[in-house]
Amino acid sequence: MIPWLTIAIALPAIGAVAVWALSRSRTPAADTAQTNRAEAAAGGGTDTITRVRPAQRSASAGAENAKRAAFGFSLATLAVVVAMALRFDTGASGLQFEQTHDWIPRFGVHYAVGVDGIALVLILLSAVLVPLVMLAAWREHEDRQDGGAGYFALILALQAMMVGVFAAADVFLFYVFFEAMLIPVYFMIGRYGRGEQRARAAVKFLLYSLAGGLIMLVAVIGVYVAGGTFLWTELTGSGGALAGIDTELAVWLFLGFFIAFAIKAPMWPVHTWLPDAAQASRPGTAVLLVGVLDKVGTYGMLRYCLELFPSAVSAFVWPVVALSLVSIVYGAILAIGQNDMMRLVAYTSVSHFGFITLGIFALTEQAQAGAALYMVNHGFATGALFLVVGFLVSRRGSAEIADYGGVQKVAPVLAGAFLVAGLAGLGLPGLAPFVSEFLVLIGAYAFSPVAAVIAVLGVVLAALYVLWMYQRTMTGPTPERLSGLKDLNVREKWAVGPLLALLIVFGLYPQPMLDAIDPAVERTVQIGTADAPAADGATAEEGGRE
Amino acid sequence: MAVVTHHAYLAAEPAAATAAGSPVLSFAWLLFALPLAGAAILLLGGRRTDKWGHLLGTLLPVASFVLAVLILFDLLGRAGDARSVSVPVYEWFTVGGFSAGVDLLVDPLSISFVLLITFVGSLIHVYSIGYMAEDPGRRRFFAYLNLFVAAMLVLVLADNFVLLFLGWEGVGLASYLLIGFWQYKPSAATAAKKAFLINRVGDLGLLVAMMIMFAVLGAISFSEVFAAVPGAGDGILLAVGLLLLLGACGKSAQLPLQAWLLDAMEGPTPVSALIHAATMVTAGVYLIVRAGPIFEAAPVAQTAVVTVGAATMLAGGIIASAKDDIKKSLAGSTMSQIGMMVLAAGLGPVGYVAAIAHLITHGFFKAGLFLGAGSVMHAMNEGVDMRRYGGLAPKMPITFATFGVGYLAIIGVPLLSGWWTKESIISATFGVGGTTGLVLGSAVVLGALLTAFYMSRMVFMTFLGEPRWEEGVHPHESPANMTVPMVLLAIGSLALGAFLMLGDRFATFLAPATGAEVHHFDVAHAFTAPYGLAALVVLVLGVAVAWALYLRKPVVETAPKGNLVTVAASRELYGNEINEGLVMRPGQVLTKALVVIEDKVVDAAVNGLGAGVRDSSSGLGRAQTGFARSYALTMLFGAVIVAATLAVRL
Repeated sequence: MIPWLTIAIALPAIGAVAVWALSRSRTPAADTAQTNRAEAAAGGGTDTITRVRPAQRSASAGAENAKRAAFGFSLATLAVVVAMALRFDTGASGLQFEQTHDWIPRFGVHYAVGVDGIALVLILLSAVLVPLVMLAAWREHEDRQDGGAGYFALILALQAMMVGVFAAADVFLFYVFFEAMLIPVYFMIGRYGRGEQRARAAVKFLLYSLAGGLIMLVAVIGVYVAGGTFLWTELTGSGGALAGIDTELAVWLFLGFFIAFAIKAPMWPVHTWLPDAAQASRPGTAVLLVGVLDKVGTYGMLRYCLELFPSAVSAFVWPVVALSLVSIVYGAILAIGQNDMMRLVAYTSVSHFGFITLGIFALTEQAQAGAALYMVNHGFATGALFLVVGFLVSRRGSAEIADYGGVQKVAPVLAGAFLVAGLAGLGLPGLAPFVSEFLVLIGAYAFSPVAAVIAVLGVVLAALYVLWMYQRTMTGPTPERLSGLKDLNVREKWAVGPLLALLIVFGLYPQPMLDAIDPAVERTVQIGTADAPAADGATAEEGGRE
Repeated sequence: MAVVTHHAYLAAEPAAATAAGSPVLSFAWLLFALPLAGAAILLLGGRRTDKWGHLLGTLLPVASFVLAVLILFDLLGRAGDARSVSVPVYEWFTVGGFSAGVDLLVDPLSISFVLLITFVGSLIHVYSIGYMAEDPGRRRFFAYLNLFVAAMLVLVLADNFVLLFLGWEGVGLASYLLIGFWQYKPSAATAAKKAFLINRVGDLGLLVAMMIMFAVLGAISFSEVFAAVPGAGDGILLAVGLLLLLGACGKSAQLPLQAWLLDAMEGPTPVSALIHAATMVTAGVYLIVRAGPIFEAAPVAQTAVVTVGAATMLAGGIIASAKDDIKKSLAGSTMSQIGMMVLAAGLGPVGYVAAIAHLITHGFFKAGLFLGAGSVMHAMNEGVDMRRYGGLAPKMPITFATFGVGYLAIIGVPLLSGWWTKESIISATFGVGGTTGLVLGSAVVLGALLTAFYMSRMVFMTFLGEPRWEEGVHPHESPANMTVPMVLLAIGSLALGAFLMLGDRFATFLAPATGAEVHHFDVAHAFTAPYGLAALVVLVLGVAVAWALYLRKPVVETAPKGNLVTVAASRELYGNEINEGLVMRPGQVLTKALVVIEDKVVDAAVNGLGAGVRDSSSGLGRAQTGFARSYALTMLFGAVIVAATLAVRL
């Protein structure tokens, strides 16, 4: 049997080391690039830099090769993940492609991996996004000494950990990946980020995440004390090691995991690190941060909070639904009030994550399947939006809405991509996010009509924040300073084009993904409703299914 | 109120289950796939398609029309109650007990709409070839037009509410793109956004209605939902009915969601013709008739429909009477006419035939009027102020003739298309009986009076009287590719009403699909009955007043100051001011407040909590950023190193 998951983790990890090594191999030419850069800096202004760029390009051939290698590794990982997905059995509800090896026997820690449908589609999401992010970021750090190759190595390292965190079937292994992911992201924001505030934003991100991680560590140890193992398959289920634990203990452990996940997700009121981090991020970093990393939070709620501590679920349903509704409306209104596009998109994500957590905790099959699908669709839609904003930033060096206007006239393809990505974000039927949003809404209605109706407000507000941003940046008369703005080039079209195509394909034909997700959801819905006395959810579910 | 249970597609469901054995019907999906493909080719093909894009874009809706005619003949070849055919295409998404399919419903109601959309839509495409000839974005324009037609076809062909919603929002998107087509004009971009947003408010109604349907009725397909209606509680049906009405108000520009329609004139004129005649605003009427079984079982919701329709009919007429902008006056007219249809649809089965028949004839004359207005604007250097028109009849004989026919049809001159269908609505309204019938009937007659007045005013100010042209304007007739569609629409405005109503042809065709009641249209009675006479009296009265005010004495070139009533009417009865005061400004205040709260309260509180924990535990005071960073990083690396060490020891 082929160890698919281990390959999918190892391949980008090896790639990261190789690319890092390549980027360190100094050539005399690289020093020339450095001098050029110094001259450019002395000359000041973007124009000078543009003029010396050809010289740099030939000079940083080493960096170029390193980046090509990184891109190759990301494509190879994508191929492995797609091949694995094609072998996935959509009829089974448990973990597949499982591998279990002892790691630290004394503490019951294993290297154990395995995926169900939800983990699979999230791994697919990350595998699709990474090569596209690389394409989009290709020219971003050319004025750096390493020509951006270090950034590419960090992306690959992050990818290995992203696959690992979704594939982990051992709670401790999950924790290790969960924390280790912070390191590459910290450097991607702090070193390769944008603006003066990037160091501060990186620290804020790190502190928030570490605070959550430490609380989770306590809960992880608690799981071992209570259950005697870290192995996910032994802990869960009606005959699992945690099945008989005291409800009060379960509530505390649930809370320990939940706080970490809520910070990561990000859920109101612990979301404030995200707008700062997004603003200080390069668009590629933002895509991976919001598109994939934050999904670890919602994925963790589904996989760890719900499945490890079913008896605690009912205590959390209403508080979490309430926080989700606040996130939906609050995030949307804050998005309307932003002047910076990166921050704006970050706030839209707070709103969208509210839909995801609402779907998870509504505990109906439609809502949870919708939430799981939402995680993927949001990755595509927000990823596309961040990339297009990034193309604007790379042209004008600013993400301020006020710096743009009338772009459609000079760059129609860019404006078109921006609009499609935005329309996906506002849940237009025919594009992927609609299906997931709709499923969450009808599932949530079965749980609580009031909650569903409040959530629908988010749909109307979404139209406002997307179309108003489009209006302020893309329409109206084109100011003189933007008249030379270039439309998307071939590389940029290839970076964003596949995402837009996926948004349309999965908007019209989402069933293959739902077929993969559904068996896993049936399992978690059963856990959430059968073991816990969440009577509302259970009866509503029946009502909906008649 | 009687509950009508004999909807053919319920009763005859086994027979109507599939399109098997009918090759034409099994290709019904091509109806919308063809224009959709057109939109895709033109948008993705880019400049390569500039040369022939408009031709392809015109050809595809024409092909859809041809297919629709073939399907019509297929249906006519079947027995009356076997004319509802389900055409499943593929499974869209299914989770647990929820399933939404791309399933089509071909029946007399949907095919009537398909024929109107594709025929009038195609003519508007042909007209646009000439109208947009000089516009550098013509290819993009045709792509959006195709998208519009495709979305509208999905809307009327859907066999469940979710697919209908796909078309519904698709129409919203297409109108957004087309209203904002000249988006370098800030006013156009604003109008486009406004249209989409107000429509989204209506869409909220549809969304919640679908949630209730699934949660309570257990399905979202038409047949299953309608089958579950008799067993549903009154409160549920009332809620669903009102929510569907909210959706209808958004798309059909009915009060209180009417404010986008007049601003939508920012789009090129063919767009207005498309929105007002063939697509978009007719969607609300379609929804109310299609969801008839729900409304028929919820009398209070029906009353709401009738009230909204009547109020919009009068408000639209008043606005149309006061506008000097020819397109905005026509837009007010659309509000008014659609209001009349909504009113009729709200009457239940007695009104369905009249509502849909009027919708179809209105599609012809309103499209003709808008295309005529576009032709006039072309002649007047894109000027829209009727006070600077006048005396155009001799300069533009074809435009005058076709516009004139549309004018005579819309005001209800006997035996022209509009007369037949408006007469049906008046008769159905009075037919309700009692005070209700009298009040509603009088309202429709009053609406007819306003129509006669504002349309006469428009024709007198534009084509008759003395020229009041601005300097440098040299009116000329439009080219053939613009006038031929206008002539074809004029022919429809002349004869279509008689064709539909004589021998109750349309009523008999439509009845099995909608449960509509067939009322014999008695021509002689329509002249002699009191309501028929009243309609003729108000017709003459409206024309006479307009003549006295706008033809007998010269029109002043700048608008007079006006009195309280005319000012209110020309400011669209303060609809925008109400929206701004009630929604926009409070929303802006809330947004600003929350931005401050986010920064000063939420962020500060969470940061403060973190700082507090750190202070109390370490006693080091507020750490410098640099310190915090190294602290955190050390901790993280430490954790990883510990883990790695453990790994090595295994």
